[in-house]
Amino acid sequence: MTRPEQVRAIEAVWGIESPRLVAALTRVVRDVGLAEEFAQDAFVAALSQWASDGIPRNPGAWLMSVAKRRAIDYFRRAETAETKYRLLGHELQTEEPEESIFAALDDDYIADDLLRLMFVACHPVLPVEARVALTLRLLGGLSTTEIARAFLSSEPAIAQRIVRAKRSLAAARVPFEVPDAAQRTQRLASVLEVVYLIFNEGYSASSGDDVLRPELMQEALRLGRVLAELAPGESEVHGLVALMELQSSRARARIGRSGEPVLLLDQDRARWDQMLIRRGFAALGRAERLGQSLGPYALQAAIAACHARARTAKETDWARIAALYDALAQVHPTPVVRLNRAVAVGMAFGPGSGLELVDALLAEPSLKAYHLLPSVRGDLLEKLRRFGEARAEFERAAAMAHNARDRELLLARAARCARA
Amino acid sequence: MRFLVMVKATQEWDGELPTAEMGAFNETLVRDGILLAAEGLQPSSKGARISFANARAAVTDGPFAETKELIAGFWIVQARSKEEVVERFSHCPFERGESLEIRQIFEAEDFSGSDEMVANRLARMREHNRAETSNSKP
Repeated sequence: MTRPEQVRAIEAVWGIESPRLVAALTRVVRDVGLAEEFAQDAFVAALSQWASDGIPRNPGAWLMSVAKRRAIDYFRRAETAETKYRLLGHELQTEEPEESIFAALDDDYIADDLLRLMFVACHPVLPVEARVALTLRLLGGLSTTEIARAFLSSEPAIAQRIVRAKRSLAAARVPFEVPDAAQRTQRLASVLEVVYLIFNEGYSASSGDDVLRPELMQEALRLGRVLAELAPGESEVHGLVALMELQSSRARARIGRSGEPVLLLDQDRARWDQMLIRRGFAALGRAERLGQSLGPYALQAAIAACHARARTAKETDWARIAALYDALAQVHPTPVVRLNRAVAVGMAFGPGSGLELVDALLAEPSLKAYHLLPSVRGDLLEKLRRFGEARAEFERAAAMAHNARDRELLLARAARCARA
Repeated sequence: MRFLVMVKATQEWDGELPTAEMGAFNETLVRDGILLAAEGLQPSSKGARISFANARAAVTDGPFAETKELIAGFWIVQARSKEEVVERFSHCPFERGESLEIRQIFEAEDFSGSDEMVANRLARMREHNRAETSNSKP
């Protein structure tokens, strides 16, 4: 093996092992920053030793034992008992505390540690971008360089964001624990939000050009699947996984030949990925079988599943989609959800019924600058053959649209109504 | 990126259940969120081979006795790099002379610009294959 190949192989081991390593170390040292430092030390040691000896049979255990030794050295060097106490908290009880504490670093606990680490990385004391960066770093095992590249940001900016996040967690004395029942739902919502943000960053590429960034989508999916293994009793976790699997099944159909976005109903369904669709159905089934009433992610997944089940756009079960949007509007009553519900009702029960619901949204302040409102209204009016009004709506929507491509499409529809 | 990992065995598996070690290995792939599919294959006596020569299909029923290496199963995994797959599957609990072949799967993003048509055709082919085999599924 030549040297760069070796480094790549060792980096691959790091990507696989580092989340579990950092999670287990955090349980003991109670500080993600410190835990990551010890883990990094172990990685540096691996780079030099494995380069000559090759990768050991159980690289995870090797890294863990080196990190442990570094941590123990650190505590021995810690100057005062007070520092030791602060670092090790209540677990400091025996003569040789370090050895006994680190003895507990075995596999059985690590799954719980990973779950705790997810809750910590997505803690509400952190700004959302910090949660995203920290999650990718600690649970994805991504390097600062990789995160910066994925977010089209600079490496120092991401590094700083991560450093600040770790400091905020230490300053707020965020405990390394799975939140209790009272807080769990809200804290879990934050974890799911972060995972879905990462997914959407890849799916819709909010910054920069139009290309999909599949690596972020895949990382979010992977995190979601890991979370589903860690918290199998949470219906919304499976709901989110289902939603991501189903949405990513359409990723390659969303972009047309010249890079233009292709709307769901116009997509070539032959390009949908059937393996991801099946996985999405399976995850949705798990969410449904848990017997809780479906939450926002599972309901959105159920809607996505309706589309996935339809062999052609014409075969879409709009009545069922409308009913699911009804349910979604009850648990997640945002104006955008209500607008989507109006679209589904219009498809299921005729444009007149859809228009009634859209008209009820006209006074909604948060939709004032949302070009899809007049665009949906224009579409319904056009179907009702009220061409004059439809044209005015399309023109209004075009004036609000953010990108040239949408504007062109809307103006073309306005022109078509003018001719009708 | 996705990879297909094929097991090539020197002797056929005959309805043996996967070992506990293999179960544990697969469990780590599930735990880390990278396993998309994993299947073991029945003996080649239940299979067939179609060879094409001069635009004609010649069908031979199994077993494929003359073959030294028989495909005995496969995984499909989603990983960050080939190195990750190599590292993970180096720990695969085989001990009877099996070998693993790791191949990266083409993704739509591997084709660009004028190659888009190729991607489209590949997707259609895949869809066609699926339609043939998925009639029994809900």
